[in-house]
Amino acid sequence: MTYDIIIIGGGITGVSIAYELAKKKAGKILLLEKEFLSAGSSGSCAAGIRAQFGSEFNIGLMKLALEKFEVLAEELEYPADRIGLWQGGYLVMSSSQPEWESLKARVIVQHRLNVMTEVLTPGEVKYRFPDVNVDGCFGATYHSKDGHADPFYTVFAYGKAAERFGVEIRKRTEVTELVRDDQGIKGVRLADGDTIEAKQVLVATGAWTHHLMKTIGLDIPLWGERHEILITEPVERVFSPMVISFSLGYYIQQRPHGSFIMGLPPEQKHRWFDPAQFDISPTWGFLERMSDTVQRILPRFKGLNIVRQWAGLYEITPDSHHIIGPIEEVPGLFSAAGGSGHGFMYGPGLAPIMAEWMLGQSLSYDITRLNYQRFAKGELVIEPAVVG
Amino acid sequence: MNLKDVIVCRCEDLTLEDVRKAIAEGYISWDELKRVLRIGLGPCGGKTCRLLVLRELANHLMLSVDQVNYRPTVVRPPLRSTSFEVFLKEENG
Ligand SMILES: Cc1cc2nc3c(=O)[nH]c(=O)nc-3n(C[C@H](O)[C@H](O)[C@H](O)COP(=O)(O)OP(=O)(O)OC[C@H]3O[C@@H](n4cnc5c(N)ncnc54)[C@H](O)[C@@H]3O)c2cc1C
Repeated sequence: MTYDIIIIGGGITGVSIAYELAKKKAGKILLLEKEFLSAGSSGSCAAGIRAQFGSEFNIGLMKLALEKFEVLAEELEYPADRIGLWQGGYLVMSSSQPEWESLKARVIVQHRLNVMTEVLTPGEVKYRFPDVNVDGCFGATYHSKDGHADPFYTVFAYGKAAERFGVEIRKRTEVTELVRDDQGIKGVRLADGDTIEAKQVLVATGAWTHHLMKTIGLDIPLWGERHEILITEPVERVFSPMVISFSLGYYIQQRPHGSFIMGLPPEQKHRWFDPAQFDISPTWGFLERMSDTVQRILPRFKGLNIVRQWAGLYEITPDSHHIIGPIEEVPGLFSAAGGSGHGFMYGPGLAPIMAEWMLGQSLSYDITRLNYQRFAKGELVIEPAVVG
Repeated sequence: MNLKDVIVCRCEDLTLEDVRKAIAEGYISWDELKRVLRIGLGPCGGKTCRLLVLRELANHLMLSVDQVNYRPTVVRPPLRSTSFEVFLKEENG
């Protein structure tokens, strides 16, 4: 059996691109996932969505993604209360004068692109969000359209819609190797030894991408890094924004369901290239650091009970941006991975553009700078507004 | 037996009917059911429902309960819901 396109990886990146390709009638498409849809980082993330970035490139792209999230339930014909888009805003806190100056500078860029972020003094933060402790805060920025969505249902919704458009999805099917010859990509080999051929292959395997690309000798600079997160018991819905600090690394938000979800970057950063190294076990130290943060930032909620803690992998690249587009050395081979802690929110925005790229159409937004070749050329993409 | 009346998960108020429907839709592992139903994600951490759900999966897949696909990382601490205050170093000296 020969396919036009094989997509490897059933996270937000793989399913959304599968859907967009099928919508464009790209032919016979097969998606292979070694576990189940959302088994990777997409299923362990905080699913925050924001347009409050620092570079024009990212603000513009995330504005597109936000607009897509706003129509996603309707477009994918999936219950809106399941996709659970919640636009309660991101409240970005500063903790020093220089950080405050740079947050304000970013707002000027955001306004230029019609992302109407508000600039709040500590007093205004106190007034608008009385639960937030503003001691040590020099000011905060707030964009009311930022928020979050349910990561599981968003992935499932794309998966179902892709299947309706004819995409074949095989779960519990692991690709062990890519297969190529002198001409380019030929297909993939599965754990059971079978080879499946395709004209194009898209690797959307998150933190596993380096490993899979290595099977044909490519050295993609993308590694996994453990990030921990926890969730509390559900309580009455009282708190609307995602409170976040780039310098201190924390993010805290209340889910529609009533639970508070929150995380902090790791104290020790590992660069795991080989899946055998991936360790997503939770630590006691994280509970201590997180509890301390809650007490400082949202003291009213420090009596809440923690129900669950877990960890997942950020799929990080040297400049914390995706590696997306064709791999020039191997015609027909494409990558879409490396969201570096913001891959969920970018997914729906990048997917239509990536579909255009794979089909040789002109790109509705120029994302070519995110191509793998940038590392060889030394053209890293710089973004000031990222966590940990 | 009315499947709607059999409560499987008290935290999230899910019935046997909910579970069987999701299994029939193709969510055939504990991890997938957790994500699509929120089963096991409530305050009890799955202590009530997990075995019941695994039994349903086993029946559906015609396997024994210990053959049902189950990720080892899936049991998440803490064992019992625990307040942030318990972990505060300063307050506890
Ligand atoms: C704690 C935490 C919090 C986060 N918070 C946010 C947030 O607030 N906002 C945000 O936008 N992002 C956030 N992220 C980042 C986000 O989760 C990721 O960037 C995003 O989910 C990546 O999606 P993906 O589809 O590219 O990769 P994944 O979701 O990891 O999907 C890759 C898939 O490929 C499969 N796979 C791997 N190898 C193979 C193979 N050989 N054969 C077949 N299948 C294979 C895996 O099983 C997996 O399902 C967070 C991440 C973590 C860990």
